Amino acid sequence: MKISVQPGDFDVGFEIRNISKNSKIGAVASFVGLVRDVAMTLEHYPGMTERAIAKIVDEAKSRWQVIDCAVIHRYGALQPNDQIVMVAVASGHRGDAFAACEFIMDYLKTQAPFWKKEQTAGGTRWVEAKAEDDKAAERWTKG
Amino acid sequence: MKVKILYFANIREKLGKDAEELDLPAGVATIAALRAHLRARGGAWAEALAEGKLLRSAVNQDMALPAAAIKAGDEVAFFPPVTGG
Repeated sequence: MKISVQPGDFDVGFEIRNISKNSKIGAVASFVGLVRDVAMTLEHYPGMTERAIAKIVDEAKSRWQVIDCAVIHRYGALQPNDQIVMVAVASGHRGDAFAACEFIMDYLKTQAPFWKKEQTAGGTRWVEAKAEDDKAAERWTKG
Repeated sequence: MKVKILYFANIREKLGKDAEELDLPAGVATIAALRAHLRARGGAWAEALAEGKLLRSAVNQDMALPAAAIKAGDEVAFFPPVTGG
């Protein structure tokens, strides 16, 4: 398991190879989030952020077969097209790998303490939380 | 009782403060009571922590609801809904 909250970039290929070193693994699903067209600064809550991600990963492990996983989220100043976040889940089969990867990402968006501040030509603004992100996380609680 | 309070993102900016240690009067023993206590400072505090404003809070680095209890030595944090990912 790897959970890292860091200012620096990451190598998705390296991280995937790193969690694929067990012959029981038959599937690895991954997600990478990128900065769209506006530069931003990401703030976090050191300590709590790592703890919140670890709790989300534990919850995923209680629901699906997760043999290994890597969750990396950056903070600090980021430019358009930079990588922000990656989630990769290794499992025996693709169903568990896809579901756990999407679950971790949905919960990370609503439970992990990160805040985006965008820098536009007109100045800076804090990004507002989106109701659809709450809905995306909520659907995992229904039946 | 003494607690440590942390502020993040637009709350931190509006208050011009990222952390403080505070000795709470008797009776201030929940997140909601602490928020009201801080709001009573007026000015930016009344605005940033206004009633009805959507805020999240944490006690000892776990998300906590307004009714959550706080005790001496706790680390309490106030912040807006999160926007990572």
